[in-house]
This record gives sequence, structure tokens and C-alpha cells, in this order.
Amino acid sequence: MKVVINADACTGQGRCFGIAPELFDFDDLGNGVVKGDGVVPPELEEKARLAEANCPEHAISIEA
Amino acid sequence: MSTNKPLVEDFATDWDHTDPQWVANPYPIWEDLRERCPVAHTNRYGGAWFPSTHEGVSRIAKDTENYTSRSVVISNLRPTDEDLPAPIGIAPPITSDPPFHAIARRLILPAFAPGVVNALEPQIRALCNRLIDQMGSGDIVNGGTQYAQYIPVGVIQQMLGFPEDDIEIFLQIVMDVLDAIDLPAAERQARGDVNRAYFEAQVQDHIDNPRDDFTSYLLNVEIEGHKLEMDHVLGTILLTLVAGIDTTWSAISSSLWHLAHHPDDLARLVNEPELIDMAVEEFLRFYAPVTMARLVAKDHDFDGCPMKKDDWILLGFPAANRDPKVFEDADTFIIDRKENRHVAFGLGIHRCAGSNLARLELKVAIQEFIKRFPTFTLEHPNEVTFAPGQVRGARNVPIRVK
Ligand code: HEM
Ligand code: SF4
Repeated sequence: MKVVINADACTGQGRCFGIAPELFDFDDLGNGVVKGDGVVPPELEEKARLAEANCPEHAISIEA
Repeated sequence: MSTNKPLVEDFATDWDHTDPQWVANPYPIWEDLRERCPVAHTNRYGGAWFPSTHEGVSRIAKDTENYTSRSVVISNLRPTDEDLPAPIGIAPPITSDPPFHAIARRLILPAFAPGVVNALEPQIRALCNRLIDQMGSGDIVNGGTQYAQYIPVGVIQQMLGFPEDDIEIFLQIVMDVLDAIDLPAAERQARGDVNRAYFEAQVQDHIDNPRDDFTSYLLNVEIEGHKLEMDHVLGTILLTLVAGIDTTWSAISSSLWHLAHHPDDLARLVNEPELIDMAVEEFLRFYAPVTMARLVAKDHDFDGCPMKKDDWILLGFPAANRDPKVFEDADTFIIDRKENRHVAFGLGIHRCAGSNLARLELKVAIQEFIKRFPTFTLEHPNEVTFAPGQVRGARNVPIRVK
């Protein structure tokens, strides 16, 4: 599993790095960025799904 | 304010967000509209539309071609293209449209990024504890007027780097700004002049003695090699007052009001402190305080509604948050709601720049209150009042703490 942020849709609502700081960080403007290569270790899969489900801008996608 | 207006009989064709029924409890009205007339109309305010579904609100919030943010507060006075000091707008970036919006927003975002804002946490905790100490040892306190109100006032004052001894002056200015809409034009002008002089004096002090705060930040920051014009600096200071204070105050006081009459939720939060982040998001969804406005930029059809240039749109983020198509059991408060894509901070390019700060204030305010008062109840439920208008929240919240 891998998480991806669509930077055009992200407006920095900050839910992803609030829910899963292991997977997401923020830049100087407060927009969300994926940490590293975005590959999700099995123990964080649930958090990744929750981050996706809470982003108000639908900016996060999960790839198999 | 709304006393001399006729009461609303049908919200689908004659809605008014200042009608007493809407102010007291808007949720059943929105539920009815969602089913019966998802884009309601009124001839009041010179003509206005109200979408009540999540889908309708999202579509308009993200469309900056057909809608302008030139004015985001509905009133009987409709600003024309000439009324505004283009391209800045009264309070950039909230009243700015693309392309200037992106410049004005980019400028302030670094000051509100999570890294910067999170550093304020100890200060906010100290402020909350000071306020609780000042409430004394009586049995009854006011969660709104003694606590919630002063938290964002103190935070914004610290952020701007204005003198702590001026807190009462500052609070008065905030009240003037927020109440201005209801004042006669002459008085509004007079108070506006006094307040502007105060801000100018503070800005001058920052020019003479630069320091590490938001005011000095605004004085130093550059757009393409140029410092900001004084009107832009003052406009942005004004925006932090208008956008940062009664919004957050409303969120805090509505949350305390909720906990005071939902003992089960209070007990869960006290016993399971790790729920706080989810609880904060649910408070924001359920009691979303902020409704914004747009003006229609050009004639067009919206789902069969003939929208005309300069019609108002009331952009109900709080109504979107109760849409059952998007939220399971939308009208139930679920303190550990896991999937909560709420839009309390708006959507699209104007997403609340202060959202990280607002969340932090709300979280710390609740944590410190329940730490000091692990059980409390609502004292006079009938005396609880709600602010009318586009920022909605509990105002008078009498709480028995022992
Ligand atoms: C719970 C508290 C708050 C809520 C619910 C809230 C809500 C909102 C909403 C819905 C918008 C979108 C406006 C639109 O679409 O026209 C907005 C914009 C904004 N808010 Fe907040 N706000 C809160 C607190 C704050 C705080 C504490 C600050 C700063 C000190 C702040 C600063 C701003 C700014 C600067 C904008 C304009 C952003 C832009 O136009 O690009 N807000 N807020
Ligand atoms: S939750 Fe969505 S909008 Fe917010 S920072 Fe993350 S990706 Fe961006």
C-alpha cells in the first residue's frame, strides 16, 4: 500500500499529518506532503485509510 | 437587530439567517430544505441563495469564476466593484479573488503553518489556566463570557505583539469590529477612525522596535521585492481580529455548552483523554461556527436556479456538515467519530488559514477546563444564548462546577 497527495487539490487542511504523522508531514505553507516514498507499513494501513477518509479536499489517494 | 423584520414563514422562498428561529436552532430548517429545496432563495438583502447540501456548498466554494469573495458578509449594502480598493480588497486574502488572492495568502501562510503555531501551545495553556484562576472559587462560572471569549482575544493579541496592558482596549476594538454591521454609518465611521489610529500606533511601534511577532512579520515580508502597503498591513491585522476571534470563541463556548449538558461525553473525555483529537473534529463538524458569503459574479444557472450577477450566496459550511449523504448519523454527535471529512474550515482556495491555530486553541481550552473541572453541569439551560449572524456559537454559558 502507498499513499499519494494530489498537490493541486490539497489546501493544507491538516487532517493527514494530524492523524498519521508517521506517513505525512507539512511544508512551510502548511500543505500536506507524503513522508519518504509513501509506502505504508502494514501496521499503519488503518491510519492511512483514516487519513484518506478525513481529507476534506479528497486530495489523498491510496494505491495498492 | 432583526426585531423589525417580518418573521420567516417559509425558509425555502424567504429565508433569513437572522430570523429568531434560525438563530435558536437552524438544524431542522436545513434538514427540511435539503429534502425540499436544496438551493433556497430569498428576496431579502436584495436577493440571495442558500445551498444546504454538501455537494452544493462544495461546488460553489471551489468555483471562483462564477462567484466572488469581494464581500463575505451578507448585508443590505451591496459593495459594488468601485467600493473596493482593488485588487487588495478590505481584508486580504479573505476578500480577494484570484489571481491576487494567491499572493496575499501565500504571504500569511508561513506565519500560520503548524510548526509556528504549535510553538504557541505553552502560552495558550498558561492563558487558559490564568482565566480559570480568575474565575474565582464560586460554584458557578460562565464558560462563554469568562473563559471562551478571552482565549482567542489573548492569543491574537500575543500573536500581533500588542501590549498586554491594552487587553481591555483590544477587546473593545474587537467588539466594535464585530458589532459594526449593526451600527449607523456615522458611528461606525467614528469608531473605525479611533480603532485605525490605535492600530497605526501599534504598527508604528513595531516599525520603531521590530520584534518576533506577526505584525513585524507583515512589515518585513515582500511581494516581488516590495514591502506591503500600509493598507495591506492594516487590512491583514484587521482580518486576524475578525477571522480569528469570535470564530474560535464560538467553537470553544459551544463545545463547553455541549459537555455541560452531555455528561456521558464529558465522562468519556475525562476518562479517555486520547479521544481529544477526534472530539475536537466532531465539535468542529457538529457546531461549525462559520458561514461565509459570496456574490454571484455573472448570470448563470445553478441546478435550475437563475443566479444573477450580484445576488448573494450564503455558503453554509455548517449545513454541509450535517448532510446525511456524507456523514453517517449526521445529526448525532459521536465523540469518537473516525471518518469525519467535515468542512468547518471551508473548502478550496480560501480554506481557513488559521485552522491549525483554531484547532490548537479549541483542544487546549477543553483540556484545561476539564482538567480543573472534571464534572460540571449546565446551570440555567434556558439562559443559554447564541450569537446571531454568520458566526454562530453559544455566548452565555452558565456552568455549575461544584
Ligand atoms: C474554529 C475557528 C475557526 C473557524 C471555524 C474558521 C472558519 C473559516 C472558514 C470557513 C473560512 C473560509 C472562508 C471562505 O471560504 O470565504 C476561513 C478563512 C480564514 N480564516 Fe478562519 N476560522 C477559524 C479560526 C481562525 C483563526 C484563529 C484565524 C487566524 C488567526 C483564522 C484566519 C482565517 C483567514 C486568514 C482566512 C482567509 C483565508 C483565505 O481567504 O485564503 N481563522 N475561516
Ligand atoms: S488532509 Fe488533505 S487537504 Fe489537508 S493537508 Fe492533508 S492532503 Fe492536504
